[in-house]
Amino acid sequence: MLKVIKNRIEQGHRTSKYPKEPIQLYHRFRGMPKVVKDCPAELVGRCADACPQEAIDRKTRQIDLGRCVFCGLCETLSEGKFVHFSQDFEMGTSCREDLLTLGDLPALAEHSKKHFKKLFGRSLQLRQISAGGCNACEADTNVLNTPFFDLQRFGIQFVASPRHADGIHVTGPISKNMRAAVLSTFEAVPSPKVVIASGACSISGGPFYGSEDVVGDLNSLIPVDLYIPGCPPHPLTTLHALLNYFK
Amino acid sequence: MDNFLQVQNNQRVARADIPDLPFEVFREALLSLAHQGGQVVQFFAYEDRGQNRLLAVMRTDKLYVTGCEVAETYLSLTADSTKFHLFEREIGEQYGIQAEGHPWWKMVRYHPNYAGGTDVFENDYQQEIPGNYPYFTVEGKTVHEVAVGPVHAGIIEPGHFRFQCLGERVFHLEIQLGYQHRGVERLFQTVSANRLPIIAETIAGDTTIGHSLCQSQAIESLAGLTVNKGAKVVRTIALELERIANHIGDLGALSLDVAFNPPAAYFGRIRGEYLNLTQILGGNRFGRGLVRPGGVTQILGEEQEQLISAKLAELTPEVEHVNDLIFSSPTVLARFDQTGTVSHADAEAIGLVGYAGRACGLSYDARVAFPTECYADLPRNKNERTDGDVCSRGTVRREEIRHSTQMINTLLPKRQEEPSVLPQEWQLAPDSFVVSINEAWRGEVSHCILTDAAGKIQRYKVKDPSFHNWTGLALSLRDEGISDFPLCNKSFNLSYCGFDL
Repeated sequence: MLKVIKNRIEQGHRTSKYPKEPIQLYHRFRGMPKVVKDCPAELVGRCADACPQEAIDRKTRQIDLGRCVFCGLCETLSEGKFVHFSQDFEMGTSCREDLLTLGDLPALAEHSKKHFKKLFGRSLQLRQISAGGCNACEADTNVLNTPFFDLQRFGIQFVASPRHADGIHVTGPISKNMRAAVLSTFEAVPSPKVVIASGACSISGGPFYGSEDVVGDLNSLIPVDLYIPGCPPHPLTTLHALLNYFK
Repeated sequence: MDNFLQVQNNQRVARADIPDLPFEVFREALLSLAHQGGQVVQFFAYEDRGQNRLLAVMRTDKLYVTGCEVAETYLSLTADSTKFHLFEREIGEQYGIQAEGHPWWKMVRYHPNYAGGTDVFENDYQQEIPGNYPYFTVEGKTVHEVAVGPVHAGIIEPGHFRFQCLGERVFHLEIQLGYQHRGVERLFQTVSANRLPIIAETIAGDTTIGHSLCQSQAIESLAGLTVNKGAKVVRTIALELERIANHIGDLGALSLDVAFNPPAAYFGRIRGEYLNLTQILGGNRFGRGLVRPGGVTQILGEEQEQLISAKLAELTPEVEHVNDLIFSSPTVLARFDQTGTVSHADAEAIGLVGYAGRACGLSYDARVAFPTECYADLPRNKNERTDGDVCSRGTVRREEIRHSTQMINTLLPKRQEEPSVLPQEWQLAPDSFVVSINEAWRGEVSHCILTDAAGKIQRYKVKDPSFHNWTGLALSLRDEGISDFPLCNKSFNLSYCGFDL
């Protein structure tokens, strides 16, 4: 008992003040990529050729956040003259096309569906489905339940049964062996319901694009309402997206 | 040992030097080594000029490799040694080769074989998993079955579990995986070289560093790339940070599973602090983008050294205190002690690896037996408790947190500001073979690459430690209460995606 109290005092209060106060992540963290629009076309071409995720459009110079795994290769190759990864982790969008970006995203809060805010703004219950995910997305979603993020203080919970849920949060490139389970879990959620695609895998197949063993794109199975890019998305990226889309 | 070629970890060898035995000799050689205590590191099939071949890497205190040609059916090795059990089923699934007399012939991951030939499990892949497989059942008046998954109650990966129970006691647990199968090995054999590291990092997200180290070392060996000392220090620190973060998270979760909440809350938060240290090192909490063939992409500068060192100094006593809270609580120990025991003999027979093996008294640690990076210069860990139960697995992990912290503290001042690696093109040596082994946090990770005459990857084989250890979890549940399943499960915390590939 004494040890419990001693540990409690040592641990103190650790919950983050985000979103009331901003958080600055370490400068090596790779968040939203910022494109230098007037950089030489040759450099864009070299980065586009080297990009393992084929996420760079050499004409429009946009980076597809739905494909990007934030490996930082284009920044290294161009020495920051074409792309620079900022520490901005706020990257959720409500529309797939918005993920093609030069470094600015439309404000998520204004693009959310208004009836979702009314329905789920005070209480949101989500069923998480891992469908071929490598467990990094899952782990950094789970972390939202730890005292630092304390997701439940916002009225958002991950629940065990789809029957208790207002929507699904899907990670992974939808392996063919999970396709049926994803669909039946989705069907078991009562309407109206939301669909969240989390991580490069569920948005575009991520590192596994082109594999015969995956579906590769959640949107081709079920219409997606909210996209959370990253490989995996930083917990703060997920938190920001959930708060702005639903609150 | 005439029938084997002795190799070093990460040593490039010419394929022509690997023995090509008649199958009967191959079989006897492997079985005889297995009966003398040898364990299987890799055992897989590949196609070469229209002919299926088998290749095996075995370990004692050394590494041995051998190979043979194989027909459509062969006499199963598993019938004589359980060490080969899952490997033979995988060979059957990937190449449609039948192991005659295999005692438990069923699919591993549920996908059509690579050759497009007749399916050895008689599955129709238009049907959803698990196809035509009848689960093992126990019959009797009060016997009942509990089925769980693939979608589980928490935020975790999918898998299917069947418990055969008498009341609360579990007779038998059957685990069917494959839901996470993404075709990793085939991607490695077909995609362009720049995608290899990205896919390796996502074989198992919590083992990002472990798998990317194996791949990088294998490529470095085949392409003749050298890695500077500074990069080796960064790689070793990253692998140990990965180990600490996972051990801490799981010890917290074990505490939660016995309804002792404070350590779970504390360790939940503290685990994140260690992930943030990996982010300081490489810009990502899981170490994505850090390890690449030829070195690392970020150097360990003075600023990073100081940040990591200061944070470790702050966290180490906190971790000690929370661990003390867990392991001195009678209510926790009452649940941990003598729960989910795997005997030393069973662990040896199925080839458990990593902390699960060490908790059963199998001292194998790849960092000691086949050291890579900086491990040859670092001290090994000693295990105090090796009873094979949940408490032993927890204790080994507690010890490893201390040991890893000491290693990082030893390595930090040894940092060298040598240049980070730039993206480079490499050319793999033709007709070559390499096996790479690292002790990731769960245990022995191994990658094998075989190149063809043009230096292209002909066969890429991945083995995650979970491939060995899932059978250990099933055994730990024998004659246990079903309510102890979460506890046993978390004490192993195995990878679904690492197994499913």
